[in-house]
Amino acid sequence: LVLASSESVSVGLFSKALGFDISNFVWWIGIGHAGTLISAILLLLRQQWRNSINRFAEAMTIFAVMCAGLYPLLHTGRPWNAYWLFPYPNILGMWPQFRSPLMWDVFAVSTYFSVSAVFWFVGLIPDFATLRDKSTNRYAKVIFASLAMGWRGSNQHWHRYEQMYLLLAGLSTPLVLSVHSIVSFDFAISIVPGWNVTVFPPYFVAGAVFAGFAMVLTWLIPVRKVYKLNHLVTDRHLDWMAKILLATGLIVFYGYILEIFFSWYSGNFYEYKLLIETRFTGMYAKFYWALIFCNGIAPQIFWWHKARKNIFWLMFISQLVSVGMWLERFVIIPMSLTSNYLPSSDKPYYPSTWDFAMFAGTIGFFIFLMMLFIRFLPVINMFEVKDLLYKMGGKKEYVEGAERVEVKA
Amino acid sequence: MAHDFSDPSGLYAVVGEFDSAKELMHAAESARHAGYTQMDAYSPFPIHGLSEAIGFRDTKVPWTVFIFGLIGVTTGYTLQWYTSVIDYPMNVGGKPLNSIPAFIPVSYECTILFAAFSAAIGMFVYNKLPQPYHPIFNAKNFERASQDKFFLAVEATDPHYDAKAIEKVMKENGAVEVSECDF
Repeated sequence: LVLASSESVSVGLFSKALGFDISNFVWWIGIGHAGTLISAILLLLRQQWRNSINRFAEAMTIFAVMCAGLYPLLHTGRPWNAYWLFPYPNILGMWPQFRSPLMWDVFAVSTYFSVSAVFWFVGLIPDFATLRDKSTNRYAKVIFASLAMGWRGSNQHWHRYEQMYLLLAGLSTPLVLSVHSIVSFDFAISIVPGWNVTVFPPYFVAGAVFAGFAMVLTWLIPVRKVYKLNHLVTDRHLDWMAKILLATGLIVFYGYILEIFFSWYSGNFYEYKLLIETRFTGMYAKFYWALIFCNGIAPQIFWWHKARKNIFWLMFISQLVSVGMWLERFVIIPMSLTSNYLPSSDKPYYPSTWDFAMFAGTIGFFIFLMMLFIRFLPVINMFEVKDLLYKMGGKKEYVEGAERVEVKA
Repeated sequence: MAHDFSDPSGLYAVVGEFDSAKELMHAAESARHAGYTQMDAYSPFPIHGLSEAIGFRDTKVPWTVFIFGLIGVTTGYTLQWYTSVIDYPMNVGGKPLNSIPAFIPVSYECTILFAAFSAAIGMFVYNKLPQPYHPIFNAKNFERASQDKFFLAVEATDPHYDAKAIEKVMKENGAVEVSECDF
């Protein structure tokens, strides 16, 4: 990654190399969205089953947004000057251009990252208190006690905590929808063929949730096996997540169909040329058809109950969806840049070694952070699971059983 | 919570320990009916209806969030208006200097940023966290309050404070153990 940033001058400065950076940026941001969806939207909809997976998904959000954040920094080509993006009084007497969607992005992504981090941290506080009271190791006790900040589970604490949590959920829900809408504005506001499409905001948001749930499944299935969390993350959870994958997959597929329709219906020669010559045929056609297969066709298997229960299929389709969503970003971003109004644009794009190195770097960074999280923090929200069990009329021994597993983890 | 923490000696509260959230609720209700006001309950997870049972009402957090949301939207829009209209006017594609539609996204994000931070910070401030020391941690068995036990404390500052009577109310409602806790 350090190498990559030193190379980013050359990586970022070529306009088409932008393509790879930005597709990865959009892909990572999208992955993050499932976390917020699970923690905020499902909370507002009173879907209590989310309680056992939300902590995990929120951590994923934060790490994915960290990875995403690297790309816009590097693609500026002068990452050490990235702070120029922020509105601060400077000796040049200049201000950023707020009419540009790129500035909207700066605000949307930084707000998204900081609000997600706050949401995640306040969610951990009651669990830090539990760990403080349970840990026997002196160092662990001091660390958890500092993190818990004197939380004592008093009714006043919980009263304000619940108010805050509900409000944060209410604020995060429009936030998450706005973030990916704004990301899609980066393209939709422009006039590049294949980008200038009004359906982009909802279609990007659905795609984000789709990719994110695939990533949640990819991580949750092995983790629940290794840490024996089958009684907390049950087969029903996986089943519901597969249904969400199916639903958002259908929305995304509808988006692909609309793209085809609009490029014909718009009567715009360049839009139509892009569709026929760059997407349906041509050197990139295999990516386009792979995308249609991975995102449009493959998830249809989740109509069958048996596939939703089968760990192998869940895992396999999740991988396909992750690949497919990455292909979608690739199809939209660099491919449009190889075919637009000027003949000078008509040259093929192929990512450089550094592009691939950076992509591998962010994936490694993400896996590293996820591993640290799984090792050191409670991957399952303890107090919410207790609350869930209480509401379900659960017996005490389940609560204790749940706790034992988490503390070990 | 009206304690004089400068006095490190003396009795803090009578604390009852319960096995279930239901018993805690009933005990809190009976204690409130018996006229106690200075009390607090401790539980490993939020219990709906417990605030009503204790007689605790508070809407400071939502109001703070609302006010900071308004401050956020004003800040966001003013920033853009000032930089684009007053300090650094520039004609971009013939758009008016005060390009209202283009200024919506940043104003919106600022609203959410301010409101969300005020929610979290407000929760800490009103709950007086971080607070490294609190006398309730001296209560017997209190480390279980974050795990699987439920506690009700009637504080010594209560005008009707009477250890024996409180113990009776708690025992009637199924307290496993009632003890006094010092500062």
